Amino acid sequence: MDKFIKLTSTVVPLPIENVDTDQIIPARFLKATDKNGFGDNLFADWRYNKDGSPKADFVLNNSMYAGSSILVAGKNFGSGSSREHAAWAVAGYGFKVVVSSFFADIFRNNALNNGVLPVIVSAEFAAEIFAAVQADAKITLTVDLENQMITNNANGKSESFEINAYKKECLLNGLDDIDYLISKKEMTEAYELARK
Amino acid sequence: MNETKDSPFGGKAATLFDKIWDAHVVSSVDNGPTQLYIDRHFCHEVTSPQAFNGLRARGLKVFRPEQTTMTADHNTPTINQDQPVQDPISRNQLDTFAKNAADFNMPLFFPLGHIKNGVVHIIGPENGFTHPGTTIVCGDSHTSTHGAFGAIAFGIGTSEVEMVLATQCILQSRPKTMRITFNGKLGAGVSAKDLALYMIAQLTTGGATGYFVEYAGEAISNMSMEERMTVCNLSIEMGARGGLIAPDQTTFDYVNGREFAPKGEEWDKKLAYWKTLKTDEGATFDKELVFDAAAIQPMITYGTNPGMGMGITDSIPTLDTIDEAGKITYLKSLEYMGFEAGEKLEGKAIDYVFLGSCTNGRIEDFRVFANYVKGKKKADNVVAWLVPGSWMVEKQIREEGLFDILTEAGFALRQPGCSACLAMNDDKVPAGKYAVSTSNRNFEGRQGPGARTILAGPLVAAAAAITGKITDPRN
Repeated sequence: MDKFIKLTSTVVPLPIENVDTDQIIPARFLKATDKNGFGDNLFADWRYNKDGSPKADFVLNNSMYAGSSILVAGKNFGSGSSREHAAWAVAGYGFKVVVSSFFADIFRNNALNNGVLPVIVSAEFAAEIFAAVQADAKITLTVDLENQMITNNANGKSESFEINAYKKECLLNGLDDIDYLISKKEMTEAYELARK
Repeated sequence: MNETKDSPFGGKAATLFDKIWDAHVVSSVDNGPTQLYIDRHFCHEVTSPQAFNGLRARGLKVFRPEQTTMTADHNTPTINQDQPVQDPISRNQLDTFAKNAADFNMPLFFPLGHIKNGVVHIIGPENGFTHPGTTIVCGDSHTSTHGAFGAIAFGIGTSEVEMVLATQCILQSRPKTMRITFNGKLGAGVSAKDLALYMIAQLTTGGATGYFVEYAGEAISNMSMEERMTVCNLSIEMGARGGLIAPDQTTFDYVNGREFAPKGEEWDKKLAYWKTLKTDEGATFDKELVFDAAAIQPMITYGTNPGMGMGITDSIPTLDTIDEAGKITYLKSLEYMGFEAGEKLEGKAIDYVFLGSCTNGRIEDFRVFANYVKGKKKADNVVAWLVPGSWMVEKQIREEGLFDILTEAGFALRQPGCSACLAMNDDKVPAGKYAVSTSNRNFEGRQGPGARTILAGPLVAAAAAITGKITDPRN
């Protein structure tokens, strides 16, 4: 997993609430047996017409936002299915951070397990980002994981965000849970014996 | 809805959730999550291939193969299952699933066509893999279904599937606890599905995020295991990590005698333990909600998430009742559905009916549907997909004579699988068409690109299939 320390980037605004994982990556794209290529189908039904041509009015097809590493979405992002393909699609597209005032649990876990940082901000902070980016598409945010701080560089306002201390260490060092669990195998075996 | 304050007792009394969770803690990370031991892992073809690849890349074996049950269900056809799967990409996924089962010596592998094959959350309980007091995971959010037996059951991502295969453990932060009590009895013609859709409409689609829910009260205790599974299944649709119900005689009677249930002395030992699994008097929840079951009527959804539900005789909420930040989403949703704010949906023509899924694909759902359509005829304008949740359900449908009732009423039965619930296979509702569906999600495109889903229980689905319109089954 890639390390995440600090990032400054323009943002892609998606002020829709309850964006579910079926929108992030529709089920018909879940037939793959590897983790590659999902970024091309991120938000597929909002992004492409039936013939595969881009829908002009969808934000990912607006060249003003190209190259951004931060997605800012309405509340309850990632609800619905547990498909980790949603996190692979978000990461595969090139997003390193998703900002929302509220995340669904499973998506948030899946994102963290793929080096994508979910940043929970207040509803006001999110609303200010949406307003700022509407006024100027080139505004940037800075996300500083070490100090757990997000800054809206358009107005200079900052807000601290919560992240589990263990998960923070994992992201800062590019480690994943499975390494940790394998290191605990003896404890697991002892647990199994004790309950028999 | 009455919101009550936290229990004034506090102290040592424990909730059902606490008792099961604490019994499965292997270790705790400082300032971090818990290493939780998993008793039963269910596995399907769509969310597991990358996990097995991860094991290969790390040179790992499956730690406890006998604790994983594998069934193909999400990406399978519901016709001609005896023939090779037509879509080459789907066929590859199913072949990969079989190869993974063989390469890693998985003893409980139920591929397409196997007598124990079917929707993962249906074959688990019916074969006796689901036990009270256990921890259960699957790379599927509706794993919460198994909570009906008094288990901690929840959906996980593929990275976590890999962790369970490699170590039989995952790292989880302890969720908060919520108790939702349904006092009183459900009215005639009102089902477990209606109760769940009512609850989700009250809480909204994110209203239980961060919580593990215990369902309690007279209306819950009165339910069969099938009905309890429907309620727990839908816990995720209000964001909950999972939902569970204290095991009782109904639970024990269901589990007893099933193939993978404990037997003999082991049964007696387990049963004694299971009988201790309830929330202690005075135990504290982080949140408590109380509803009156008698106030619930048959429910339908009008929007594009399961929280957008209403009584079948109600009108869609008007724009002025929606908060400012939610207005864009609300309007987008109604535009997608082709509905107007304030509109009544009763009497509205529909095109498709889907009976099935891990929510409502069990034998009782087919009994309810068949009982309603008996002696009637399917509406000509309706395409109906009746998809049993498993081959065992299919067999029971035939044995109980339901198949003949359905056939006489103009319905055909398809073969088991997830089918039109997520439309990964060919069972897709065409763009713009309305489907009354007993499944769990009405998201945009869920049942096919452009498909318009109206979630409902099996009785409302049966009434719609007969009249071709949204119909109150109580009339």
